[in-house]
Amino acid sequence: MTTTETRPERVASQVPTGGWLTKLLSLARAMFLSFRRDRAALFFTLLFPLIFLVIFGGLFGSTGTSRQDVVEIGSVPLIDQLPQDARAQLDEVLKITKVDDRTAAIDKVRNGDVSGAVEQNGNTLVLHFSAADSAVAGAIQGILESFVQSANVAASGQPPRFTLDSQQVEDKSLSYIQYLTPGLLGWAIALGATFGAAATLVTWRQKKILRRLRLSPVGIPTIIGARVVFAVGVALVQMVIFLAVASGFFHLKLSHYWWMSIPLVMAGTLAFMAIGLLAGSRAKSDEAASAISNLITIPMAFLSGSFFPINLAPRWLQILAEVFPLRHLNDGMLDVMVRGKGPVSVLPQIGILLGFTVVISGIAALLFRWEEI
Amino acid sequence: MASTIVVRDIRKWYGDTHAVDGVSFEVEEGEFFGILGPNGAGKTTTLEIIEGLRKPDSGEVTLLGMPAWPRNKQLLPRIGVQLQASSFFERLTTREQIRTFASLYGTSAADADRMLEVVGLADKAETRTDRLSGGQTQRLAIATALVHGPEVLFLDEPTAALDPQARRNLWDLLRDINAQGRTVILTTHHLDEAELLCDRVAIMDHGKILELGPPASLVRGLDAPTRIGVEAGLMSLDEARRLFPDADVAADEVSLTISTREPATVLAQLADRNALRGLGVRGASLEDVFLNLTGREYRA
Repeated sequence: MTTTETRPERVASQVPTGGWLTKLLSLARAMFLSFRRDRAALFFTLLFPLIFLVIFGGLFGSTGTSRQDVVEIGSVPLIDQLPQDARAQLDEVLKITKVDDRTAAIDKVRNGDVSGAVEQNGNTLVLHFSAADSAVAGAIQGILESFVQSANVAASGQPPRFTLDSQQVEDKSLSYIQYLTPGLLGWAIALGATFGAAATLVTWRQKKILRRLRLSPVGIPTIIGARVVFAVGVALVQMVIFLAVASGFFHLKLSHYWWMSIPLVMAGTLAFMAIGLLAGSRAKSDEAASAISNLITIPMAFLSGSFFPINLAPRWLQILAEVFPLRHLNDGMLDVMVRGKGPVSVLPQIGILLGFTVVISGIAALLFRWEEI
Repeated sequence: MASTIVVRDIRKWYGDTHAVDGVSFEVEEGEFFGILGPNGAGKTTTLEIIEGLRKPDSGEVTLLGMPAWPRNKQLLPRIGVQLQASSFFERLTTREQIRTFASLYGTSAADADRMLEVVGLADKAETRTDRLSGGQTQRLAIATALVHGPEVLFLDEPTAALDPQARRNLWDLLRDINAQGRTVILTTHHLDEAELLCDRVAIMDHGKILELGPPASLVRGLDAPTRIGVEAGLMSLDEARRLFPDADVAADEVSLTISTREPATVLAQLADRNALRGLGVRGASLEDVFLNLTGREYRA
């Protein structure tokens, strides 16, 4: 092809401008569209944690404590001759069935079919229990112990001098779901933000989208800002779905300042995003990025009390848990969503989460690579 | 007026490998410039240094009067770079892709849609980009590079992995783009592509430019023989050698090939003997230029 003398028109050297906000929102929109069509990502960020909520909520949420099954061998006058109201009280904690075969009854205890078997020898109440489940054994021994005590008091003909009135410190409606929802929500947000950021960074590098962006007049803060808008948006969607399911199906009752969990969730998302960026800053494949993300989020979820309280864990483990942002997010969310604390009470947690973000994203920035080489 | 692109003695090492070893050239405004060479010749690295994606170990590049390195947000809107076929956002449709890229340059959605028509992808606007064919993907890549109306367009092996029809369609598009007055610089390992499209070609091998000039004059400068082939069996090898003592004559089962610097005489003699069945005449090409420069056959 030869150079023609007359160029049709000289290309104008226009330098198109555009507000950074337009660019940011446009990038965030692309991320949302891409996410909405990614079934695997939708499942793991939205449905998967919800399955845990349904399982845990269904398992432990229905009644406070379950009744223990106990068999009564032959006749036990101490139980049989109880007045009606005392018997009703006992039935609240024990489900008593009568049997005649002593050997069969003890076998049932041994096999774990029932929690215990009782028989009466003169003035002695005999309890057969299995050591296999120490919690059940302990509970049932405690129940019968106090039952015998009160029978003794009654036999003395004196009114009891001391009584015990137990009162729960939280709202009367407080059930397991109240503890479970903030913890699982925290975990869901950690999962979504960490994996999302790690995988996106790696795929964008592999697919040269980072290079494409580097060749366009877009600042790095704009790109990161778009990612933040996207991640916070996803986290808030997770929150809405979680709270809707927990209140709709499992009778979650939010305390007065629950809305303070919104800034908490935002700060938490930033911290988890930073972890994801750190995981993705050097990973060569998205499999590697996922593996690193798993390595961080799984121990973090357990040690941060997302699935069960960790106050029973050894002291050193509890101290170790403090290094995880999720620990502080869970703590803060419990405070404002369930424990009814005021808005100011979670400012320290928000501060800690933002501190994590600064430190971790600083490290991620140092390790960051535009290109694979 | 200064050239659009000025490359001065750039060098780049990757470990022990000398990817680019002292390359210098200039590209004028509105020119269609090609960098030709086999894989591993250093074409892509050279292009990436000019685009400002890589810093040369030594030497410098001036693009539109400004240094290409470091990243300069004033310069970026004035250039367009077609990247590999896969560099799109995941799971977005053709229209969503080009609109997203357009917005990064402050270009309107309407202009983005118009660009889809220019590259002939308007009917694929709602198709997800992972479902486009190779040629369509390549067109979209060029559309995203052009959407903001850049003065300089960089293309890195735009027709690699395309079928012949798709290649020819793309060539037409590239000619149109250049005809609008945009400077186009492309790398290719297809000699025919460089010969057809480029005003000037730089032939690269082992990180160096071996020769630079308009394809036609590179070929002419060779003074290479013209190859004339006819069907085998029309004339014996001995007879051909006797008739054309100055030519190189070779034969195989299918054809007889005569390489000569006087094609007119040879053709006349063959016509006299009614021995033109299956005639093919091939002049020297860039392939011969490469062979002449490196002493080895060109292998893409």
